[in-house]
Amino acid sequence: MTFRIVVLAKQVPDPETPPSQFKIDESTNSVFPPNGVPPVVNGFDLNAVEAALQLRDAGADVEITVLSAGSEFVMDAMKKPLAMGADRLVLIEDSSLGNIDSSGTVKILAAAIEKDGPYDLILGGRQASDWDQAHVTLGLAEVMGLPLVSLVQKLELNSDSVALQRVIPDGYQVIEAPIPVVLTVTNELGEPRYPNLRGIMQASRKKPEIFTLADLGFSSGDLAPKLELKKLYVPESNRQVELIEGEDEPDSGKQLALRLREEKLI
Amino acid sequence: MTSILLVAERDGQGEISQSTLQAVAAAKSLSDSQVTVAIEGDAVKSGASLAVEKIVTLSPTDSGDAGIYDKATYDITSLISLINPDLVLFNKSDFGSVVGARLAFRSDYAFAADCIEISSTVTGLSVTRPVYGGSALAEFEIASTPAIVTLRAGAYETGTDTGSPIIEAFNSDGSVVGQGATTTDTVAEARDGVRLEDANFVVSGGRGLGGPEPFSLLNELADILGGAVGASRAACDAGWIDHSYQVGLTGKSVNPDVYIAVGISGASQHMSGCSSSRAIVAINKDGDSNIFKEARFGVVGDWEKVLPSFLATVRDLKA
Repeated sequence: MTFRIVVLAKQVPDPETPPSQFKIDESTNSVFPPNGVPPVVNGFDLNAVEAALQLRDAGADVEITVLSAGSEFVMDAMKKPLAMGADRLVLIEDSSLGNIDSSGTVKILAAAIEKDGPYDLILGGRQASDWDQAHVTLGLAEVMGLPLVSLVQKLELNSDSVALQRVIPDGYQVIEAPIPVVLTVTNELGEPRYPNLRGIMQASRKKPEIFTLADLGFSSGDLAPKLELKKLYVPESNRQVELIEGEDEPDSGKQLALRLREEKLI
Repeated sequence: MTSILLVAERDGQGEISQSTLQAVAAAKSLSDSQVTVAIEGDAVKSGASLAVEKIVTLSPTDSGDAGIYDKATYDITSLISLINPDLVLFNKSDFGSVVGARLAFRSDYAFAADCIEISSTVTGLSVTRPVYGGSALAEFEIASTPAIVTLRAGAYETGTDTGSPIIEAFNSDGSVVGQGATTTDTVAEARDGVRLEDANFVVSGGRGLGGPEPFSLLNELADILGGAVGASRAACDAGWIDHSYQVGLTGKSVNPDVYIAVGISGASQHMSGCSSSRAIVAINKDGDSNIFKEARFGVVGDWEKVLPSFLATVRDLKA
């Protein structure tokens, strides 16, 4: 039997964009696309792709679908999971999706999963590097009425259940969950693999399958945001660092300690 | 009137956590607020004088639900239906992040995570949260109620007000809808010393350390200060130190009195885990690195030359 796995992936501005290139358009409350720095798939979502690929490496018969909702997809970025070894890419593309919040995203993804499913495992990364939110995958479990385990660092498939390790501050929990189940995967699982040449060639020949909002039975009015963005801005840094300069580097170290004592910090 | 349900958490001693006391201060900062605190397990000593109107105790969860939070999600959903709050406030902890998101999506409520500021507006609530790894702040207005909000640790100072809340037990109808996942075991990876999240001093190392060995020096400094060692993601990913020491967006959030960053460039994803420290002290050989924009005190220099004399002087001062 083939295990069907869907991995949720989001296109984000490259988080390695140098701070000097990070600019906000305050008239539209959005981030200017940085010059010459293409978007990427959210790095934490690649951890989830890696988790699915590790199940295949362990001998399971899996089909891996990558699912994303958004606008203005850049195919070179979105095909990276295919180049790593995923089988299919399903995109829900609509210009209105740039302006919805996570409550709308969850509804759309749930509808797409119901249309394209059934799936045995629904995987997401632990958070997105743009809006730093971590709750689309969690919300999806609730909307679909499925069990949820967050922060998974290890998973093994059994015939009708999964054995999981969930990261906690000083160790991990051992969890058994039935299938189907929704999981968020944490970076402790391991670095996502680099695509090899063969993977890149195969990915270049694959075409994404596209769903529109209408295919899923939505119109953009159904997805009004619950949170209205009033202002997006770069905070002023009002800290002024006091640099300690001694006669040489060892003396600077000594002077630093004395200065901290003077301020009653140590 | 703003009616607020605040979901409390406990510290290692079972008392009300510092983060929860900060959330109480955030709740009290809203105009004309009426605060009900929900807490799992029996009410505790530190609750009796909490500056809130009411404390509701929930029956404790069992070990099979640890980290899954089916019961808390169910109980607090029921409690919300009963008291109809305008705002439900959680800490941005593991518990708060999961339970807050689950119950918000279960009931189609507005959800704002990891907020650093909350205020009342004419039509509802305004919340501010860091985005893009702390490079920007976003301010949102939420008109629908209840709004489910998680609050970042250290965003508010712990209040000094006291009160005498009424204490009641909330009896759930008992029909907890478990979703089928079960925790069968908890494996502790033993660590010595002070917990990173509770430490008043944190000494963190980054890529600039160049390898695992220098962490012994950082450990020594942390021991003298009675603090804990942390690390940047780069140092953890390089395998120099375990991921459980990681400070930042994907690691732990700390708010010590003094955060000493050694060989850390201060990428925004790291700063979002330590920016609420009272004072950041940076030692880095690159004077242009971002850490000096956030630090209060700094030395531009090679840590191999700066740190040993810093450590020796601290040891003398503490002797």
